[in-house]
Amino acid sequence: MRIAVEQLTKRFGTVWANNRLTIEFAAGQIHGVLGENGAGKSTLMKVLSGYLRPDEGRILFDGKPCQLRGPGDALAAGVGMVHQEPLDIPAFTVLENLLCAAPPGVFRSWRAAQRALEELAERLGFAVDPAARLDQLTIGQRQQVEIMRLLLCGAQVLILDEPTTGITAAQTRALFTALRQIAAEGRTVLFVSHKLEEVAELCHTVTVLRNGEVVPPGQLVMPQPQEYLLTLMFGDAGTTPPVYRPLPSIDSPPVWELRQVTVRSGTLHLLDLNHRFAAGRIIGLAGLDGSGQQVLLRLLAGQLTPDRGQILVNGRDLSGAGAIAFREAGIEYLPADRLRDGLIGALSLAEHFALLQRTGVIVDRRTAEELARQAIAEYQIKATPLTPIAALSGGNQQRAMLALVPPTARGILAEQPTRGLDVASARAIWSRLQARRDAGCCIVFASPDLDEIMEYSDEVIVCFAGRIGPSIPRALLSAGRLAELIGGVGFEALVEAV
Amino acid sequence: MKRVAVLIQPLLALVAAFVLTTLALLSTGVSPLEAYRLILFGAFSTPVRLSDMIMLAAPLLLCAVGLSITFTGGLYNLGVEGQMIIGAIAAMVPLRLWPDWPPLLLWLMAALSGAVGGALWALLIGVLRRYAGVSEIFAGLGMNFLAGGLALYMVLGPWRRQTSASLSGTDLLPRELWLPTIDRLRLAPAAPVIAVLALAIVWWALTQTRWGLEVRAVGLNPAASERLGIATARRMAETLAACGALAGIAGMLQVVAVHHALIPNISSGIGLLGLLVALLSRADPRWLLPIVVAFAAFTVGSIQLPLTLGIDSAIAGVLQGALVLFALATRARQ
Repeated sequence: MRIAVEQLTKRFGTVWANNRLTIEFAAGQIHGVLGENGAGKSTLMKVLSGYLRPDEGRILFDGKPCQLRGPGDALAAGVGMVHQEPLDIPAFTVLENLLCAAPPGVFRSWRAAQRALEELAERLGFAVDPAARLDQLTIGQRQQVEIMRLLLCGAQVLILDEPTTGITAAQTRALFTALRQIAAEGRTVLFVSHKLEEVAELCHTVTVLRNGEVVPPGQLVMPQPQEYLLTLMFGDAGTTPPVYRPLPSIDSPPVWELRQVTVRSGTLHLLDLNHRFAAGRIIGLAGLDGSGQQVLLRLLAGQLTPDRGQILVNGRDLSGAGAIAFREAGIEYLPADRLRDGLIGALSLAEHFALLQRTGVIVDRRTAEELARQAIAEYQIKATPLTPIAALSGGNQQRAMLALVPPTARGILAEQPTRGLDVASARAIWSRLQARRDAGCCIVFASPDLDEIMEYSDEVIVCFAGRIGPSIPRALLSAGRLAELIGGVGFEALVEAV
Repeated sequence: MKRVAVLIQPLLALVAAFVLTTLALLSTGVSPLEAYRLILFGAFSTPVRLSDMIMLAAPLLLCAVGLSITFTGGLYNLGVEGQMIIGAIAAMVPLRLWPDWPPLLLWLMAALSGAVGGALWALLIGVLRRYAGVSEIFAGLGMNFLAGGLALYMVLGPWRRQTSASLSGTDLLPRELWLPTIDRLRLAPAAPVIAVLALAIVWWALTQTRWGLEVRAVGLNPAASERLGIATARRMAETLAACGALAGIAGMLQVVAVHHALIPNISSGIGLLGLLVALLSRADPRWLLPIVVAFAAFTVGSIQLPLTLGIDSAIAGVLQGALVLFALATRARQ
């Protein structure tokens, strides 16, 4: 199905997320949609799939104007969207999830549905057990289930928002093969991504959004030179390489020291951890999703209490002291989900600074606003001191979260610090984190992106199946070796050797 | 566009509520105009009715103010009715133990005792929520029944009338222990003063103090608040205790300023009506006073309905409930 928008405009308050967009996506092709954070990609996709209603302009399916009142409407018209985070019912099995949301009349019986699912899975090369519960599947498998659900419910246009975030390399390959198959069957695929290599590998055309507009107007046929696309996305800012600095040697006591710590969280059971996290280092935690990185971060943040052993923070025993005591000892935790666990969406940056005031009965608004103004200037946050945090883009929220880390912090724990950020924002965040490191902070971060681990870590800790490896100096590690360790190859020998 | 919606939505809710109430009135066969004249303006028709309205508005305002604290903190304190009852029982304790002490001292002790009783009763909800994982909504509801049972037990048991136990309540308090009352009007001026004072203090605390900002943050996002170093559980407990204390003082006023005794139905549904007020005002302190006055006026005005029009006074409840329902419905459309 051919899908097009004409003069499409969507505003959020004073922000023009989409400004008079006119684009057409032809059937039977994979269309890349590129753009930095806040460029308006997600808004456009949500409008096309019925999650948002446009303020002005028209949506055309095969040339016919269409009013979408919701995602159900969009799916009935043939447009389905796969979200970055799975929007399914975790307690259901694959088959139940397919059936519960299917429009009436699509499946005549459970058996018919199961047969259709198995047939499609085979055609797309997905290995999915219809009886498996979704909460026991990986994000990548749930994405496969969602793609199949939409196709079985009649989607002719498949929209994927950052589909390769948080899934394994093998799953990415399987996904690409399946998307090519889906397009070859005559359907339209919209592939929203930051990752230029993936767009180059997969897409027939590319559309670049910047500040809510298409630049240059209309689609580009792939391939295009990478530098040209980067310039379209970011202007000239995105192409400057990061600056490396030699690592300062600091002889202060370790920020964290774990002594024979045993901790349990869910099904993961970390045994007998003995680690020292030195000041002035960036330590990357690498591993497949759910291999123990989150548990380690939460342990270091004081959110988990060890069953046994001691945690020393700056030389002080804080075992079992709780997150607030850790925070007072200079430990900051930056969660991956910024609006759920990190910041308070309805409050402004100034109000966040006011929350950090620890003295006085009355809120000192003037000081808080002044601090917010300084943070906005220093971290180049696109906001005013009084803008609600929820109205900022992901990159600006991340900058705000970082700006709120007090200068006295000794340890920063960052869970996927650049999740969902574009290249320019990610570099900005990392240059701030490096500045903190150079000022003597210990920064521990987890990331599913191996390039990020290799580029920014001073030391790397590999987590594999609930086991935490020793810390390896980055200089002694190659990307290939890291990939092997994450997959468990040679992990045992590494642990034995220490 | 947005600004227009802000004005139109409450208007829409108002119209819808009156349409529903009118339908209910028409079904009983009375003239809706006559009924509305009584419901809306009846409370202002004579000085006595006006002061009845004020004496209902005072505890109602205290409860609504308390609930606006817990709403801001993200808690649904449905136990406010029980906290009011326990406040009333606790307020009775010093009054019965030392009836010949100076009245001023006794009133202060009764207020303190009522506030502490209500606060502790509310904190039990917090304990159940935190340590037993019971939703504060169910804990509160359950504890309302417990508190009601306790009041009944006190009235029929330890504090029963000297002549014979009676459901109509304990013996009246000695006259000098009544809060100073203008007899002709049944008006104890201290009650509305206390309530308005509480409104002013809570408004100030929620909008100007660091504590208020922290309570707002906890109500909006407990996880992020915890990360920013706010003692989330403590703030939640404090909002519950503050609400319980204000409800307890409302209970104390019911004893020393209205009924002058402990009666089984000492809370008279005022706590639950306060919930409606808090819902309608969205815990915005600026709206509390006007809504409380309107709701109290509806209730007092409708008392004359059975006498003049022969219909039950419960129609005021229909109007109040419909208002809240339609207000919530129009807001949900936003």
